[in-house]
Amino acid sequence: MSTTTATHHDDHGDHGHPTGIMRWVASTNHKDIGTLYLWFSFFMFLFAGAMALGIRAELFQPGLQFLEPEQFNRLTTLHGLIMIFGAIMPAFVGFANWMVPMMIGAPDMAFPRLNNMSFWLLIPAALLLIGSIFVPGGAIAGGWTMYPPLSIQQGMAMDMTIFAIHILGISSIVGSINIITTILNLRAPGMGLMKMPLFIWTWLITAFLLIASMPILAGAITMMLTDRHFGTSFFDAAGGGDPVLFQHVFWFFGHPEVYIMILPAFGIVSTIIPAFARKPLFGYASMVYATSAIALLSFVVWAHHMFTTGMPVAGQLFFMYSTMLISIPTGVKVFNWIATMWRGSMTFETPMLFSIAFVFLFTLGGFSGLVLAILPVDIQLQDTYYVVAHFHYVLFSGAAMSIMAGVYYWLPKWTGHMYDETLGKWHFWLTTIAFNITFFPMHFTGLAGMPRRVPDYALQFAEFNMISSLGAFALGISQLLFLYVVIKCIRGGEKAAANPWEGAEGLEWTVPSPAPFHTFETPPTVK
Amino acid sequence: MNKRTILSLGAAFLSLFTINSHADYALNLKTPATEIASQIYDLHMLILWVCVAIFIVVFGLMFYSIVKHRKSVGHKAAQFHEHHWLEIIWTIIPVVILVVMAYPATKTILAMKDTAAADMSIKITGYQWKWGYDYLDQNVKFISTLSTPQDQIHNKEEKGENYLLEVDNPMVVPVGQKVRLLITAADVIHAWWIPEFGVKQDAIPGFMKEAWIRVEKPGTYRGQCAELCGKEHGYMPIVVEAMEQADYDAWVVAQQDASAAASAGADKEWAQDDLITAGKAVYEKNCSVCHGATGAGIPPAFPAMTGSAVVTGPIETHLDMILNGKNIMPAWKAVLNDVDIAAVIAYERNALGNSTGDSIQPSAVKAAR
Amino acid sequence: MSQNTKNYYLPGASFWPLIASIALFLMAAGFSMSLNDMAIGTSILIAGGVVFAYLLFGWFADVVKESVSGFYNKQVDASFRWSMGWFIFSEVMFFASFFGALFYIRNVSLDWIEAGKVWPDFVAVWPTAGPAATEALVGMGPWGLPAINTVILLISGATLTYAHWGLMKDNRKQTIIGLLLTIALGVIFLYLQVHEYAEAAFTMAGSGIYGSTFYLLTGFHGLHVTMGTIMLAVILFRIMKGHFDSHNHFGFEAVAWYWHFVDVVWLLLFIFVYWL
Repeated sequence: MSTTTATHHDDHGDHGHPTGIMRWVASTNHKDIGTLYLWFSFFMFLFAGAMALGIRAELFQPGLQFLEPEQFNRLTTLHGLIMIFGAIMPAFVGFANWMVPMMIGAPDMAFPRLNNMSFWLLIPAALLLIGSIFVPGGAIAGGWTMYPPLSIQQGMAMDMTIFAIHILGISSIVGSINIITTILNLRAPGMGLMKMPLFIWTWLITAFLLIASMPILAGAITMMLTDRHFGTSFFDAAGGGDPVLFQHVFWFFGHPEVYIMILPAFGIVSTIIPAFARKPLFGYASMVYATSAIALLSFVVWAHHMFTTGMPVAGQLFFMYSTMLISIPTGVKVFNWIATMWRGSMTFETPMLFSIAFVFLFTLGGFSGLVLAILPVDIQLQDTYYVVAHFHYVLFSGAAMSIMAGVYYWLPKWTGHMYDETLGKWHFWLTTIAFNITFFPMHFTGLAGMPRRVPDYALQFAEFNMISSLGAFALGISQLLFLYVVIKCIRGGEKAAANPWEGAEGLEWTVPSPAPFHTFETPPTVK
Repeated sequence: MNKRTILSLGAAFLSLFTINSHADYALNLKTPATEIASQIYDLHMLILWVCVAIFIVVFGLMFYSIVKHRKSVGHKAAQFHEHHWLEIIWTIIPVVILVVMAYPATKTILAMKDTAAADMSIKITGYQWKWGYDYLDQNVKFISTLSTPQDQIHNKEEKGENYLLEVDNPMVVPVGQKVRLLITAADVIHAWWIPEFGVKQDAIPGFMKEAWIRVEKPGTYRGQCAELCGKEHGYMPIVVEAMEQADYDAWVVAQQDASAAASAGADKEWAQDDLITAGKAVYEKNCSVCHGATGAGIPPAFPAMTGSAVVTGPIETHLDMILNGKNIMPAWKAVLNDVDIAAVIAYERNALGNSTGDSIQPSAVKAAR
Repeated sequence: MSQNTKNYYLPGASFWPLIASIALFLMAAGFSMSLNDMAIGTSILIAGGVVFAYLLFGWFADVVKESVSGFYNKQVDASFRWSMGWFIFSEVMFFASFFGALFYIRNVSLDWIEAGKVWPDFVAVWPTAGPAATEALVGMGPWGLPAINTVILLISGATLTYAHWGLMKDNRKQTIIGLLLTIALGVIFLYLQVHEYAEAAFTMAGSGIYGSTFYLLTGFHGLHVTMGTIMLAVILFRIMKGHFDSHNHFGFEAVAWYWHFVDVVWLLLFIFVYWL
């Protein structure tokens, strides 16, 4: 093995590059690894999306039709885990891989081999998670948050899930160290921190959040493992522990995790809106400060996920106030995006459409977040469909739609072809409309009192659930169109210029489309 | 897609508009029945309208810009990218709005947390998957489980008006009294929730959490467990009946009489056939969700009763398993009385495909506790 | 290209990442099986461990080879420094989760168990084995072995710095003596720690929350000391091979940072686990 490595030392540069399966398995090229990440996440997105359709099929009508309650719980659990760790996070890492070196004028990531390891660790984690469906007892059914003591009751699948998350944690930490090092150490001469594209800033802060929070999750699930098998009593009151301790540790990871999934989305949208408004981003500096403020606040708000656990009043007040504060930097961002559009010269290609939908729908999710931050109201809404609506507005129309925006925006750079604009717009409208049909009614069912994670419900929730289910199937099918557009673009289409967008700025548009295998081997100078 | 599918889809779509013949959908929080719930209702409306106002202003501007500042109508891009005053103003205004929201919210939180000076206390225990109520001052104690028939859940008969929101023994409280709720759990975390009361409190094993209610009007109030607690999480509703004080007092007396009768039953000698007959009902209510109505179980998580080593082995082991539980199997000693346990043991050993021929008397169960 | 250190060094294709993923998969799958009483699990776990050891040797051998061939320029060196710093930060956060658990239990939740009266006789004192325990628990006092271990680790930090000074002066003898002393102190620390576990009046599985926090915190620390000692031994070996000089010795510094981090964790353990 080491000889292979040694002989390839001088392979890069103008000597061509490995081909066939080797190119992907043993890759040390940030673009190839980025591609692997993006395809992996897309596959997982469809897989976990299919699970969501199973959930919605069961909820189409009251009563039990297709699933037993325990199977239903397995679906909701795996849907959450796979969407978060398998779809959203790897997609953003894929963007970081492709775009960070090109945007800062670096030849590659700081540690190309570790970069490849970060990707290949996703595979055993996915095998463990998906494989857990087939072990005795079936996949875990305790929710993606894995609260004990329910998780202590789960079978072998729980251990496999714990190890899968450990491996994902290693992947994330190694990947983040790589990204943070690349950004801090490999910027082209002249690119000061305050000259970095905003996408780079958001990823810098995201990488920091990942390094700070993933080890905390590792600690939480390690305690879970020893409680399950080695007789410790961290989460068992009889031994002096507390089940709620897990929730504290989990959400100390979990809230930064929420921003890990949204900050890169801010970065993508902040790149796209100026390009199609043909106008510089409004308030660059305040965007940087707002992103940093959101990241820091994310470490002091975690217990707002636990308002119903019965904290003392001082704790409740502290976490309510700190949570409300988050709306200030987030509001600044929304205002900045709209000020960027203001008096621009806008066109509405697919990436711009997705970005505008992001601003609009993510802000709706922000409003429901503000409602949930008000503790007395949260008491009514905690663990209802209102929460489900809220986090799908921030995670689907927030994170996932920004990913779609980014894919359309950079596809010409990645493939060298323009995507089919008509089909792209179809995909946009179908997705946006179906998304709202699916998730908007959940605000109503939640307010009216439908708990989440139930396979069956009382009759007054029937109408809205039926609407949601119809929307969900439309939403699911629309994503196959996305797959088709992407494949079509890879296989051919109108040749893309180095900069196919009139208003796009940044180093990535100074290299040809498709971007050559190696870019910026000699760093460019930024004025 | 054949004609029938199209028709049934069409029917499903039409039914969107007609289905509310048996239950009305709702768009907002339920009508409050306590002072706290009213405050929450008003808080929610306040925040909702504030958000709507911000929404209209902000997105009014955005859509104005989208319509007017587009390239296709010939708008030329300005090049400004900073405006300090604007940025300061739109940071300060949200702060003011937040303070306006936080003030009433804080007042409500302080009121919610004030469990002092209660007129009576009820201890509520969450079990997988039922609720136990213990009236600490009246010595009344009972278990409350879902009463919706399995046939309704499995679509074999038409669903009733209170589908999934009905129980055999509702919790009963007098109106106008401040009732302190002491909430805990025996196995995993549950959450006790009645929307009309504005109370949702996690039930955490080993910990006792407090909440309080003062119901204003007599009536029946329905809620559900709100924390994922395993496979029957969707099937452990909470029903509270609020009564006038006199009705409540009569109810307490009736409950006390019933429990006296039950403990008398524990001391008499039971015939094995009577135990088996009584045991069938106990089994179907408590055991069949996991071990199956026919005793087939859902292996490997939930073992079969038929031919089980515990059920067909020594009767002491069988009794110990039911009293104290093991792993996922809950401990039943706080839930079932002596007669119930003796009966279910007799049933499991002499039905469901087993025939050990032996049984145990309620008095022996009492002794083993 | 190989002699050209003007550009940032980019390695060619490598199978090590794939091998890493295979190793971790085998270890995770094997461990899951053996925890759930599947006999084959342990063998798979061991096989995964062997692959993992092979991976560590092979990958680090490649890196060392590249380093001594002079492929790494100043900028690569800076990358290593940044990344080691962030790696140690992630380790800090890992320990933070267990320290956080300890503080939460001791200062918050034990009082709630007492106030909740689910166990009417329970009184929240530290150390405790929890309300269901039948006997009182005797914790581990600070002023025996733990104090000695504290002194040992503090001295080891000094001897490591002594070795570093030697390296800066290109004094190989001083470096080797300093490193040998540090490794010896690390081994003595580990020996005493094992001794302490053997003598302890409580266990991880049977002593409630005190045993849980004590053994997980000190156990993970002990694991880090073990890794640090092995890493120091590798560095000693590389010094003897002449891999480092006064200008180029990031490998040494990385391990030194790691050792000092492990030292600091111990001080916190001494204060919060043994003493207070």
